[in-house]
Formats: sequence, structure tokens, C-alpha cells
Amino acid sequence: MLVEKIMKKDVYTLPPTATIQEALELLNKKRIRHIPIIDEAHHIIGIVSDRDVRDATPSVLDKEAKRDVLKKPIRSIMSHPVVTIHPLDFVEDIARVFYDEAFGCLPVVSEGKLVGIVSDKDMLHTLIQLTGTHKQSSHIELKVPHQPGELAHIFSIFGKKKINIISLLIYPNQEGDEHKVVVIRAQTIHPQPIVEELSHAGYEIIWPKPLVGAE
Amino acid sequence: MNCKCSFVYSEKLLDYHFYPEHPFNQIRVQLTKELLESMHVLDQSHIILPRYATDEELALFHDSTYIEAVKRASEGSLSSAQKIDFGLDTEDTPAFFGMHDAAALIVGGTLEAVETVLEKKTEHALNLSGGLHHGFKRKASGFCVYNDAAVAIKHIQKNYGLRTLYIDTDAHHGDGVQWAFYDDANVCTLSIHETGRHLFPGTGYVNERGIKSGYGYSFNVPLDAFTQDGSYLETYESAFREVVEFFKPDVIVTQNGADSHFFDPLTHLCASMKIYEEIPRLAHQLAHEYCEGRWIALGGGGYDIWRVVPRAWAQIWKIMIDGEAFTGPLPEEWLLKWQKEASHSLPTHWHDPVSSHPTIPRKDEITEKNKQMLHHALAFIDKYKKKGLSH
Repeated sequence: MLVEKIMKKDVYTLPPTATIQEALELLNKKRIRHIPIIDEAHHIIGIVSDRDVRDATPSVLDKEAKRDVLKKPIRSIMSHPVVTIHPLDFVEDIARVFYDEAFGCLPVVSEGKLVGIVSDKDMLHTLIQLTGTHKQSSHIELKVPHQPGELAHIFSIFGKKKINIISLLIYPNQEGDEHKVVVIRAQTIHPQPIVEELSHAGYEIIWPKPLVGAE
Repeated sequence: MNCKCSFVYSEKLLDYHFYPEHPFNQIRVQLTKELLESMHVLDQSHIILPRYATDEELALFHDSTYIEAVKRASEGSLSSAQKIDFGLDTEDTPAFFGMHDAAALIVGGTLEAVETVLEKKTEHALNLSGGLHHGFKRKASGFCVYNDAAVAIKHIQKNYGLRTLYIDTDAHHGDGVQWAFYDDANVCTLSIHETGRHLFPGTGYVNERGIKSGYGYSFNVPLDAFTQDGSYLETYESAFREVVEFFKPDVIVTQNGADSHFFDPLTHLCASMKIYEEIPRLAHQLAHEYCEGRWIALGGGGYDIWRVVPRAWAQIWKIMIDGEAFTGPLPEEWLLKWQKEASHSLPTHWHDPVSSHPTIPRKDEITEKNKQMLHHALAFIDKYKKKGLSH
């Protein structure tokens, strides 16, 4: 999946000359957590997070604090340079950037201009879509030999039973490389018949598991 | 306490039948009716006949294109592509001859039950053929073609202007009914089910609370697989009491799926017959406390059709008419007639002996997790209470 499919295109931005006060108001009003700072040519020159702004805001407990810090330009507290991504980057790759760098968002830049933004929330939403739990389906989990043709065999069984597959995930098996764990969300309320066929075909069923010996 | 009650029945209700080995089998309704007759608590004076819901009535919830499609599928004249589009090409809900009439009769049964109660002919009514909660606006799924509960609640809104509390204790999430009223503050839904992480349909997570003006009027408590009586009933009683006090409904509709039992082949909850006494007992009590008795109970899932469903559903009727559950042995006459047909050896008593309950190694952790789910589900109500707000 590509970044352009999941990014938000309406991005709230500020010029570097805007005040911290303005940034605070924008964050609150739009309920966002990051503001890219751009110049007249739409080049991204910095970014501020809600935390940066809050750190620069005087404590509500400190009545004597100088309120005029809020009038300082946003340029004075923005982070730069900014790590950016491209609309054609793979979502799978940018997930790594989020994980490694612990960023809250990544601005999307094309031909030097800001064209979108992806937040860690958008990333998680994409993963929820990939696991397919938002659509009517039942969970089937199998231990499958890690060799060519096994998935084809499994899907031929689903095809024969006319059961639609909503999502498919293949995990490494923690016990070794000879098997994979295959998780299928199948569009049926009644997975027993297909589970029986899969079991008959020699696959080890991890779920649904029989009551006897339940964990 | 003796209440005046109606029981929806006609042999025609058994026409809702997909194919011989299909797990959803309406013979359950007949088994229950005959069990009640053998116990001498049900007779002709209680029976009300279902009617065929009209297209206009079905269209209170369903798309007219879908109704037309089901009609054509009933005659075998719906194209394969359209069958797929409307969910009628699966082994769960395949088209069968006469499907429209069979499904419309179930809806009409629930409508009759509603009217009997709301026109004060009887205090409570039971339609065990209903409770088809997975039916969508324009799609069949999970053994359900038309969603009788959704149509009936729309009917209540339109013709009586009353606020409905819908309580769903099927082991599967009551998704069709929840989505039907997801943005509606005049219908409150509470579904207690096995977690969708493992079981169809997958939804019913605790944070599904409704949208727009309906926000805060959908409640879900997903339970862990292998949940047993104690934890189940603690969850059910707290959730039902808190939600009814919060919403203060005019009428209660319950969906009484009987598929949370440890014998049920489709789900992984681990309850015994005990919950099937307590579920209707509380519904009955709260209907009298909050709704002057207005309570319509429906059937639903339940796939151990011999050992579990007839006993579970018979208890609903018994509680409805006199507030007390059956105890002791099952009637010989009924056992004798049906043992010949049954795929399992029939139980001899109303209760499951404790020795038959499975041992669940992680029972304490499951109980603790369910408690936490309940807490999350009701957090919204607690917030209202603290602020001293009312809805």
C-alpha cells in the first residue's frame, strides 16, 4: 500500500512568522497534534508538535510568568530539519520510520512541496483495516508447512466451500522456520465444516480449538 | 406473580430452512413448544399466529432492492452475481425455494408479538422463531435474511413513538440491530457476546458506542472464550441494570440466542443451563420495574438443538408466565417422542449436573478480564452520573 492512499491531504500549516499563540489556537481548534511550518513556496521548513507548544507556554500555576512568550514567532520553537516521506513510499516502510524514530507524524512532500501528512494514528488505522476485524468474519488460525503450494492448497479448499476471505496474515512461527502461522478471517458464521476439511487435509488447527485441553 | 403472555407459533415458521445439514434449524421452536405443552404451561389460548410482514413493513429497515432480490432468489431467478452482492450465495445463507415468505413470516411473528404487548392484550410476548440479528439493510448474513428485531423496533418507533431497549445475549454480536440504530438516541442496544477476536461477526468491541446523536446508546461487552456462569451472569446483571436505569426505556426487546452453552458447537463460551434461567428472570423483573411489563422476547442462535435450546427457551416462557424457572426432571412424554430423532442422548433434567461443567484452567484470569470489559463498557454511564447529567 502506498502513502498517497492513506495520507490526509488537507493539512493545517502556519508560516514561520506566526506566533506561538496562533499555533496554540490552531492545535486546539482543529484537534490536531502537529503543524508543519511552510514558507511562501510551500516548502516545509519546520514542524511543531502540541508538546513543543505546551513546553513553551507558561504554566497555569505561575501567575507571574510573562505572557508575552506567546507572542514569539513559531520559528523560535519549531523542530528542523524535518524527516519527510513521499506519496509513493510504501506504508510498510514508513511503519519502520515511525517505530524507529518514535515520531507522531510524517509530512508528505512531493517536488519540494507539502502535499499531505500521515500520523501514527493513520498508520494504526491502516493496520486495523489489514487485519480485517471491521468486517463480518470468523477467525481461523493454522500452522502451515513453510513450502510452496501450501497456500494455494488452503485457498482451493475455501474456494470449493464458497467462503470469502476478508483478510489473510502470515506470521513467523516462534517454534522454528519449518512452519508459518496463517491467520484467515473468513466471511462465515459457521467455520466448522471448512475447519474440518483443513484438518483432514493435514493442517494443524490453532483456532478454533476444542474445549478439552483449553488454555 | 402470574402474567398474561402470548406465544407466537405456526408450523409454517419451520419453513425457514436452508438445507438438511444446515446448523440453523427451526425445529427448535417446535421442540420447545411441545416441551412446554408436556409441562402443561402452554395451551391454545396462549398461541398467536404470525402474519406475513408486508413489503412496506420490511422496508421500514430493508432496502426495497434487497426485498425484490430475496423474492427473486426465492423463485430461483436471481442471477449469480446478484446473489453474491446480496449475500445469498454463501453456505451460511443460501437462497432456497420460498425464502421470502419464510423470512417475512418470522418478521410478521415479531410484529404480532410487539402489537399484542403494545396494544395491552398481553403483558409479554415470545417469538422464538425471531431474533435474526445479523440481517443487514441490503445483505443476508449469518443465517439471517430479514432482521425481524430491526423491523419491529422501527415499527415501534413509527407507530407507537416509544423508546426501545434492545438486549442481545446471543453468543454472537448483535451487529445488524446495532448498526440499524447506531445514530439513533431513541433506541439503546446492549449486546453481550463472545469476543469478535475469535468469533463471527468480529465486531462488538467495547468502544462501539454509537455515532452522532446516537453516541452513548450502543453498549457492547465482549466476553473471553470459555467464560462460565459466574462471570457471565455478573456481567449480564450489572450491564442490564445500569443500562436500563440510564436509558429508562418504554419497552424492552430481548434477543435470546441460546448458543453460549458449553455444548454449543459454534461458539466457545462455556455457560450451563443456569444462565438461561437468570437471563429471562432479570428481563422480566426489569420490564415490570421500568416498562409496566412491556417485554417482547425473541429467539436467535442456538445450535445444540437437542440438549440445549429447548430447555433454554422453555425457561423464558416459564419465567414470563409466573416468574419461576422449571426444576427437576424433564417430562417423559417429550423425551420418549424426541429421543428417537435426536443426534445426542437427551438430558434428563432441567439443570446440568455440576460434574458435567468443563474445567477451565484460566478461569480467574478470564473472570478478571471480563470485569474490566464491563467496566469499560459502562464507563460512559459513570461519566454521566458524575456530571449529574441526564440524557
